[in-house]
Amino acid sequence: MKDAERIIKVRKLYKKFGSFTANKDLNFDVYKGEIFGFLGANGAGKTTAMKILCGLSKPTSGEVKIANYDIYTQTNEIKKNIGYMSQKFSLYEDLTIKENIRLFGGIYGLSKSEIEKRGKELIKHLELEGAKDKLIKDIPLGWKQKLAFSIAVLHEPDIVFLDEPTGGVDPITRRQFWKLIYEAAGKGVTIFVTTHYMDEAEYCNRLSIMVDGEIVALDDPLSLIKQYKSSNMDEVFLKLVRKI
Amino acid sequence: MKIIRYLIQKEFLQILRNKTMLPLIFVLPVVQLVVLVFAANLEMKNIKLAILDEDASISSLKLVSKFNASPFFSVSQSTYSIELAEDQLKNNEADVVLHIPSGFEKEIRRDKQTKIQILINAINGTTAGICNSYITSVLKEYNDYLNIQLVNPELSRNKGLDIVSRFWFNPDLNYKIYMLPGILVILVTLIGMFLGGLNLVREVEIGTIEQINVTPIKKYQFIIGKLLPFWMIALFELGFGLLIGKIIFSIPILGNLLYVLAYGAIYLMVVLGIGLFLSTLAKTQQQLMFLVYFFMLIFILMGGIFTPAENMPQWAQNVNYLNPIAYFVKTIRMILLKGSGLQDLIFEFVALSVYAVLILSLASWNYKKTN
Repeated sequence: MKDAERIIKVRKLYKKFGSFTANKDLNFDVYKGEIFGFLGANGAGKTTAMKILCGLSKPTSGEVKIANYDIYTQTNEIKKNIGYMSQKFSLYEDLTIKENIRLFGGIYGLSKSEIEKRGKELIKHLELEGAKDKLIKDIPLGWKQKLAFSIAVLHEPDIVFLDEPTGGVDPITRRQFWKLIYEAAGKGVTIFVTTHYMDEAEYCNRLSIMVDGEIVALDDPLSLIKQYKSSNMDEVFLKLVRKI
Repeated sequence: MKIIRYLIQKEFLQILRNKTMLPLIFVLPVVQLVVLVFAANLEMKNIKLAILDEDASISSLKLVSKFNASPFFSVSQSTYSIELAEDQLKNNEADVVLHIPSGFEKEIRRDKQTKIQILINAINGTTAGICNSYITSVLKEYNDYLNIQLVNPELSRNKGLDIVSRFWFNPDLNYKIYMLPGILVILVTLIGMFLGGLNLVREVEIGTIEQINVTPIKKYQFIIGKLLPFWMIALFELGFGLLIGKIIFSIPILGNLLYVLAYGAIYLMVVLGIGLFLSTLAKTQQQLMFLVYFFMLIFILMGGIFTPAENMPQWAQNVNYLNPIAYFVKTIRMILLKGSGLQDLIFEFVALSVYAVLILSLASWNYKKTN
């Protein structure tokens, strides 16, 4: 993995809101094509860190490079190369599936024919042919999230950021969702995902665990389980969180 | 450019799909226009006049009959003492008391001059002033009659200064054709200032703005995408309002209608720009409503729609340089009622254009993709 191309570089990243430090001295690298998990309890600072990486929020200090572009000066270059799916479901509820695809395809500068072609593939792949003219608000949550992910990678970004993408959906849909993630990773897309489902954590290539704004552990799931003498990620997580 | 087209397409799809907003945007302003033009009217009819005639002579009866003949006054009742008359004024039974003292006729014949007293309820100063001018004109008529009939018939041939007023640009003093452009300006301003801004803040509230902010979209593209759809709607409404004005109120259109629309186009850029700028300051729709409302009230009340802006103190007139409504109300009235052209309104044209550029730049500059 160390030989692979580094796509995210974070050094000494701090984010403060007044006297509150949301991110404290974050240091990590993410490599091309890997699924990088960002774990932590609610309020641990996962979303804050991810928003900084996406260019939605400015860091207080530290060095951040995404696809070799600098987060302070080249945000627009970064934004061309990333996809993002937020915790709050972010497609337009009053537009249909097709209209959402067309809108986001258009914003990312895809040509009309390309939008048409990729849109068709996407709808076919998700088996949504019968629902493509339905409004987003009328389709089930599981579909929405699979759709949001597919739209986030429609412009074929290098990295896609997923902020608790599977919150509130049933285990079967979650499995299908992870199938989509693996497919994207197989095509060379780097996946950066935050979650607090421990079973999902085990799907990741590498994991970082955040407690109170700091990264307290970073390794692949099996090594972490071994290192903390646990039988699964759940135990690792509990041990790390309770120690603090 | 292509990106902006996708954004506009998206806004129109959303607007047309919103079954609550659609009638609010298109039907309500029309209803308001028709109702408000009839309502916002300073013409006074049926002013309640109480008469206290202590003279009871032929001359005083003649004066009373002059008031009776006027369409503006309804002589409510006669009273017999000043106390009773004042009571009527206090109890709102009379708006005006006409007090003819005893000896009225005698003094006219003897001294060629006399006095009467008029008491006007002036809780509303404006209507009191209008009342007073109506009374003066009736009294003037009576004076002429006295001069001719009683005092000196010779004077009728040689009565000195004879004032004949003609009202230019609105000869019948039709209040409606003056108010309609003003009300129309308020309505399109409402549409412009609220819709664009509210739409933007709504995206902040439901979170879709994040999905837009992680895209490489440029700030100005996003602002134009929010501006143009509502600009088109408001401009359409301006045209539609003028059509209603023509059909229902037969407002004169002396100038070039295209000028009205051209000025309207620039004006609406300003108004939408203000709404969008304010929306970049607000975090919720509620906050924005209050902000917009604050400015709306100032703009409307100071803009010269209901009261002439030229009568305001100098500092207020200076404030009006920042008031887009002041420019547009003046412009639309001058073009429609007076037939003014571009050369008469060049200052307004330049001012509104500069305003539009500044406020829209400010709005896109202050819209933060990153916080």
